[in-house]
Amino acid sequence: MTPARTRTPATGIPLSRNPSGRIPLGRIAAWALLAVAAVATIFPFYWMVRTALTPAADLYTDGVGLLPENPTMINFLRVLGLTSQQEARAAGGSGAKVDFLRYLLNSFVYCGLITVVQTMCCAMAGYAFARLRFPGRDLVFGVLIAALMVPPIFTLLPNFVLVKNLGWLNTFAGMVAPSVLMTPFAVFFLRQFFLSIPREIEEAATLDGVGGWGMFWRVVLPMSRGPLLTIGLTTAVWSWKDFLWPLLTGRQEETRVLTVALGIFQQQSPNTQPDWTGLMAGSTLTVLPVLVLLIFLGRRLVESLNFTGIK
Amino acid sequence: MVASKTATPRHRDDREVFAGTGEPVGRPRRRDDRKVAWLFLAPVLVGFALFYAYPTVLGVYYSLTDYGMLAAPNLVGAENYRDLVDDDKFWNALEVTGYYVVLNIVSQTVLALALATLMHRLTQSVAIRAMLLVPWLVPNVTVGLLWMWMLDANIGFVNHVLRAVGLGTTGFLTSPTWAMPTVAGINTWAYTGYTALLLYAGMLQIPRYLYESASLDGAGEWRMFTRITLPLLRPVLALVLVVSLIGSFQIFDTIAVTTKGGPVGATRVIYFYIYEQAFTNFRMGYASAIAVVLALLLGVLTAVQMRLLRASRSDLA
Repeated sequence: MTPARTRTPATGIPLSRNPSGRIPLGRIAAWALLAVAAVATIFPFYWMVRTALTPAADLYTDGVGLLPENPTMINFLRVLGLTSQQEARAAGGSGAKVDFLRYLLNSFVYCGLITVVQTMCCAMAGYAFARLRFPGRDLVFGVLIAALMVPPIFTLLPNFVLVKNLGWLNTFAGMVAPSVLMTPFAVFFLRQFFLSIPREIEEAATLDGVGGWGMFWRVVLPMSRGPLLTIGLTTAVWSWKDFLWPLLTGRQEETRVLTVALGIFQQQSPNTQPDWTGLMAGSTLTVLPVLVLLIFLGRRLVESLNFTGIK
Repeated sequence: MVASKTATPRHRDDREVFAGTGEPVGRPRRRDDRKVAWLFLAPVLVGFALFYAYPTVLGVYYSLTDYGMLAAPNLVGAENYRDLVDDDKFWNALEVTGYYVVLNIVSQTVLALALATLMHRLTQSVAIRAMLLVPWLVPNVTVGLLWMWMLDANIGFVNHVLRAVGLGTTGFLTSPTWAMPTVAGINTWAYTGYTALLLYAGMLQIPRYLYESASLDGAGEWRMFTRITLPLLRPVLALVLVVSLIGSFQIFDTIAVTTKGGPVGATRVIYFYIYEQAFTNFRMGYASAIAVVLALLLGVLTAVQMRLLRASRSDLA
């Protein structure tokens, strides 16, 4: 999952002293436990992919083998809307229109908009709170941080009414509105980082005639790639997982994101039994981008938890 | 621990300079960036005013009205709150949420602590940590569907296994007794890796020589865990616990996908009840009143979290 160069040796702390060359039972047991945890973590995902590759007609007969007897891509093709309605129905679909390609794109738009715009806006504000001098600074910052105390469900209800009254239901504008400009945590986190930058660098730049705006874009931001990536990743993960808000504000095809699509797809069961092979194909699509993210930014993501996890 | 690398400003910020005359001695004219500052702050302040501050006030106002989203709201005073007291479903929701929180927090914290300790003593592999994080990285909707399928009463994998070893099949999510423990189990699966990584990050702050010298003194692993890891991890553990608690109280997605509050209200948690009242029964005013109660509850927890945040920093960082 990560390239070889990132591999690190074990901690080097002897787990159990082993002077006589006896078999380190404790150590083996500990590794075995870790292996159990790994299998428990991964197996449901394996089973998801395995089911997605199984023809719906085989589900009852081909129950427990680790590999499907007649592997097929039809479930992926039909949830991506790449087959005709008849083919989809023949392969176990309900006949309702599903177009996960579109939902995948919608998810990227939703997630991308929130991540990029929110990170930039919060960086600007964080910088202002950390470095600029203006009356009311600490008061404004304090009020902003107090918003951390308000749970999301509380603002969700009025925000829904607001977005509805603006006529923004089923538009990306309405879906991203509450989070695209800020979250208190991102402002807080980035301000903390900007406070830690040595002031001498900016003082030197001032002598070179760089002003407030240029200072931020050309001096401070290039030094802040790490923290920006950290907070951006955190925001991306949260918005990728979002369900309730996009369900309320963006149910329609044009704005339906993957999580909402899965919820709706689940309701359109063809008979009494849910369309499991289709659902697992759709679920796989929500996991794939996460795996890509882990392959490219795994280390950064894992280490970002050291700083942002406690939210 | 949270922001140990970023928390300490190298320079005091210039609050005291500004709060004073604004003209410290020995420096050229005081800089005042107010024009550019408001420009920097504009997007955040607009977002804050429109989607945090205004709705917070509005939410409290709605809770005092009979608002139903169709007609304009009428003030009804504390009626919604009085109704709450007599609402069995509300009390049931609180009870069910409490049950979930206890099941989830206990299992998740114990497992995460064990997992973090194993990693801490065995390996620093980023690959293993990344793998453990996957269930947290995918949407809860996916997690819910995945486990609904694994636990399907007829052809789910788990029931195949149970049948194979001679146990009867169980409709885990359709049994009023088992639905909630099952949901708690599903979310424990989803969050244990994440929680373990937070705890692991805390363990990395414990000086390594403590383990080395304990090992030289012949202390076993259990002793090191109880005498070194646990006591030194305590501030981090407390913080992680409160964060998990706050998250746990807000369980919604998994239930919306798997049980939809059923069977017979066995998993109708408070968040789900608010959702039902607001968007199924269109009782926005009543839903807001429940949200106020939940907000107060979580507000207390968040206040505790903030205190711990400060405490953990001074203890370990």
